[in-house]
Amino acid sequence: MINIENLTKKFEKITAVDNISLQIKEGEIFGLLGPNGAGKTTTLLMLTTLKPPTSGTATINNFDIIKQPDMVRKSIGIVFQDPSSDEILTGYENLKLHGWLYDMPDDLREQRITEVLDLVDLTDRKDDLVKKYSGGMRRRLELARGLMHHPKVLFLDEPTLGLDPQSREYIWTYVEKLSKEKNITIILTTHYMDEADKLCDRLAIIDSGKIVVIGSPKKLKKDLGGDIIRIKAGKLNIDALKKLTYVKNIANCDGEFCLTVEDANLNLQEILGIIGKVDSVEIRTPTLDDVFLHYTGRGIRESSPEGGWAEKAMHMRSK
Amino acid sequence: MGELKGIYALWYREIKVFTRERSRVISSIINPLLWFFIIGGGLGASVSFGSINYQTFIYPGILIQTALFSSIFFGVYIVWDKKIDFMKEVLVAPMNRTSIFVGKILGGSTDTLIQIIILLTIGVVFIATGVMSGINFNFFTIFVTIVFLYVTTVGLVSIGLILGSQMESPEGFQLIISFVIFPMFFLSGALFPINNLPSWLAPFILANPVTYAVDGVRGVLIGISRFSLVYDFLIICIFSIIMILIGTYAFKKMKI
Repeated sequence: MINIENLTKKFEKITAVDNISLQIKEGEIFGLLGPNGAGKTTTLLMLTTLKPPTSGTATINNFDIIKQPDMVRKSIGIVFQDPSSDEILTGYENLKLHGWLYDMPDDLREQRITEVLDLVDLTDRKDDLVKKYSGGMRRRLELARGLMHHPKVLFLDEPTLGLDPQSREYIWTYVEKLSKEKNITIILTTHYMDEADKLCDRLAIIDSGKIVVIGSPKKLKKDLGGDIIRIKAGKLNIDALKKLTYVKNIANCDGEFCLTVEDANLNLQEILGIIGKVDSVEIRTPTLDDVFLHYTGRGIRESSPEGGWAEKAMHMRSK
Repeated sequence: MGELKGIYALWYREIKVFTRERSRVISSIINPLLWFFIIGGGLGASVSFGSINYQTFIYPGILIQTALFSSIFFGVYIVWDKKIDFMKEVLVAPMNRTSIFVGKILGGSTDTLIQIIILLTIGVVFIATGVMSGINFNFFTIFVTIVFLYVTTVGLVSIGLILGSQMESPEGFQLIISFVIFPMFFLSGALFPINNLPSWLAPFILANPVTYAVDGVRGVLIGISRFSLVYDFLIICIFSIIMILIGTYAFKKMKI
């Protein structure tokens, strides 16, 4: 359904997206996971024809994003990261506007509006101004809008950024429902590990514009080759630990040590014997955080101390 | 057909937003009235042109001032659309950018037209109550005034859109007020006659397209003008066409 070939975007000094190639199958929920500034949104803007790539290209629904942008636009729906509905219009009016922009016949438009409003449970609020919606409702409205013209591919840019836990659950439920019932191919960007883990069939971890690794969340976690032992201790004899064949990786997580260990339950005793005195020990199955740490050498939060949002908020305030 | 529907959608949005933001409509009417009563009344106490009092003299200028401010502001406002992602929602729709530009122009010029019609209505009241005299209001002159103002407005909205499409953040607003809107207003002859200008000032005024809009409307409404109506109209038509062409180009090149 989507075929990305050597897609690259350079800005003056930095390469935001660096030679990305990947294929996404029909009906798949595919995640682009990475810290803020990794190039996820830029990739999305190129795929949706809003930014021209510096080199490389992609096809969506067999249409080339450079040569056939109009056909691509007809095939896709998108929910942007920042609010993109007009808050002085009602929910219903925003959808009607969308129907016009996509040249839908009147009766089909009305039918779809009813259908998508129902899907995201906003039917009884449709005549309220968007100004009066909560963040979660607004995102749901934009999700509904992205679906109205029945796109083959739906792009979601950080769909749950800044939402409360309940609204996040809501959005996740809708996205899963869509993928199952309508067989829409969904591509989402996120920097939330739990979101990627829960929703995505497959994902690509992106760091500094490059794809670090691609696979299903399950496989990525399994590939680490063991469980994670997290140890808080003053000092670690890393050389001695590295000699143990069942220790796959040693990494620094937030000032503590994270060891990837095969059969951790059996080998814990020996490891602790080598380390000596420890303040605390925790064994757990790996998460995508550990996968990210493994491939990039740092935690996703370290690479962006919740960057985007805080930065953006400061930026906005200074304006 | 598809493009037309898209243009209609953009127009519809602007009109809805305009009519819902009552404060915007009200302030757009209050401001010209302040000019009319305070500048017009204050200066008018010692300035008049034959039988035409100063308030009456600047009434056409104030109509154009309203068009000028409201059109350029409207255009520059797309910076805000770009800031939130609404602009992307429009740009990602399968319609071409020229249509988006046209939709924006129609929306903005309709907003302005509504304000002009309100001010013309207030003008009728002024005439009836004797505040203004010597204004020739009839079907023909009002029609010509509206046509003049509409054509000018289209050009001015284009200027706003051109500036807005190149700007990345709303900080530039103040600059545009200082360096575009006020010079165009003061150099238009909206507040003074342009017959006996100092020689250093004349070129600026004659180079300003708004001058010809003021001249045309003032000529038709109170009979004071420097150029012929046809000449004035020709100039503003050329101005608006050029601005539309540049604007279409700027929109095609617009980055987000």
